[in-house]
Amino acid sequence: MKEIINLPVHSIEEEEYHINMGPQHPSTHGVLRLVVTLQGETVKKVQPHCGYIHRGIEKMCEKDTYQQIIHLTDRMDYLSAHINNHAVCLLVEGALEVEVPERVKYIRTIIDELNRIASHQLWWCSFGMDLGGLTCFFYGLRDREHILDIFEESFGSRLLHSYYTPGGLMQDIHPNFQKRTKDFIKYFRKKIKDYDKLLSGNVIFENRSQGIGVMSKEDAINYGVSGPSGRASGWSCDIRKKYPYGVYDKAEFNEILRTDGDTYGRYMVRMDEMRESMKIIEQLIDNIPEGDYTAKMKPIIKLPAGEYYQRVESARGELGIYCISDGNKTPVRMKFRTPSFVNLGVLDKLSRDMKIADLVAIGASLDLVIPDIDR
Amino acid sequence: MNSIYTYFADIFHGLKSLLIGMSVTGRYFFSPGQIVTQQYPENRKTLKMFDRFKGDLIMPHDANNQHRCTGCGICETNCPNGSIEVISDRIELPDGKKKRIIDKHIYHLGMCTFCSLCVKTCPSDALAWDQTFEHAVFDRSKLTKILNKPGSSIIKDIE
Repeated sequence: MKEIINLPVHSIEEEEYHINMGPQHPSTHGVLRLVVTLQGETVKKVQPHCGYIHRGIEKMCEKDTYQQIIHLTDRMDYLSAHINNHAVCLLVEGALEVEVPERVKYIRTIIDELNRIASHQLWWCSFGMDLGGLTCFFYGLRDREHILDIFEESFGSRLLHSYYTPGGLMQDIHPNFQKRTKDFIKYFRKKIKDYDKLLSGNVIFENRSQGIGVMSKEDAINYGVSGPSGRASGWSCDIRKKYPYGVYDKAEFNEILRTDGDTYGRYMVRMDEMRESMKIIEQLIDNIPEGDYTAKMKPIIKLPAGEYYQRVESARGELGIYCISDGNKTPVRMKFRTPSFVNLGVLDKLSRDMKIADLVAIGASLDLVIPDIDR
Repeated sequence: MNSIYTYFADIFHGLKSLLIGMSVTGRYFFSPGQIVTQQYPENRKTLKMFDRFKGDLIMPHDANNQHRCTGCGICETNCPNGSIEVISDRIELPDGKKKRIIDKHIYHLGMCTFCSLCVKTCPSDALAWDQTFEHAVFDRSKLTKILNKPGSSIIKDIE
């Protein structure tokens, strides 16, 4: 009895301890497990443990033909499914040196931007909800529903479309597509003002995001943080501007850059990107040229032997696909450089010496999609 | 003096931003015309999906219980998940030629990823998407469906 009393008493403020955040935690947006080392309430270290939703997509690609690979890439970053499909299509078309019709390029660019808006809307919902504003979740999902209706009418599904094929599209766009898209832009221009009123200027939101998780430009480049998160630190890394694909070179839009690099900066970049995406769609939607919706392709696609790399700007950053072909109808190796996986690497750096509530805000501002991390 | 000023300025700025946010939610609260939710199980009869909605794979049959499937098996080879099995027979026609007809066209809904490759690559347009969406069943074996109806045959002019 005496011994127990004489044990040295450690203050919880001094001693470090670990807690598991996830894999079933709502603010990790999926099955991401973060082992957080804490001292009191201060985060000392964050160790992400991946693999809870690993499906082996890269390995599965090795037994699939190039048409079949498309539907697997939907399931990596399910919020920008069209953009992932676009990357595979561009890779195959580039390797075979196929020129796709101009109509296909226009439609693909418009749909990519719609997909980007839908993805940012869902990010806005969950960001607001992570910081305690449940209203955001309902308003964001309400507006996202309009885009999903456009998708459902034209492609038959709401989330995982597999609409692009190497050489073109599965089927032509629905006759209502243009009208619905224009209606949506008109509608969303009004609603995005509500977003600003509700969250951007809110004092609680500002206090919880400004100066939290500051990422310098050097950090962004060293860790390879691309996409809106990297651009918030002043790193100009927009693939749509640097290496234009589709008809991005024909549309006028600005690359959103900010220099603050904190959670608030990453938030504002995404809000402005939604406006830029609407600008791109408005320029292109009336100018879709007539023509075929697919180029003539052989039923069995065989890439010439060699190595290929293709990158696109997904809603989260740079998506790169590296492919080795030996001339057969299936690739020897497919490697996906997914943006979420690379952006996760900087989470530890950003959240050191922050409070555990800030970790949630920083994680939400990086816009991680867990199936994109694990593949 | 300056710190007292900023203290009160912060309070008023905070109150103002909260009121702006409340004005948005209050506007929706007092205008029930903008409600977007649907009463789902009640509106089942009027709920209509879009024409292109990918609900369930079907093989359309005409009034004479005839379909267009030749049993070539292209859908089976193109399916990435092995959710289609085509079991075909060879029969001898009266003029001595042999012809392939399908015995069973099996579709596993539980394995399907709705990539639509089977519908797109079918050379005789024998497959199509249905607009049903209530797929929940109590037993997994009910997700395996035979698409050609019993006693059906192929439309004559299809090769």
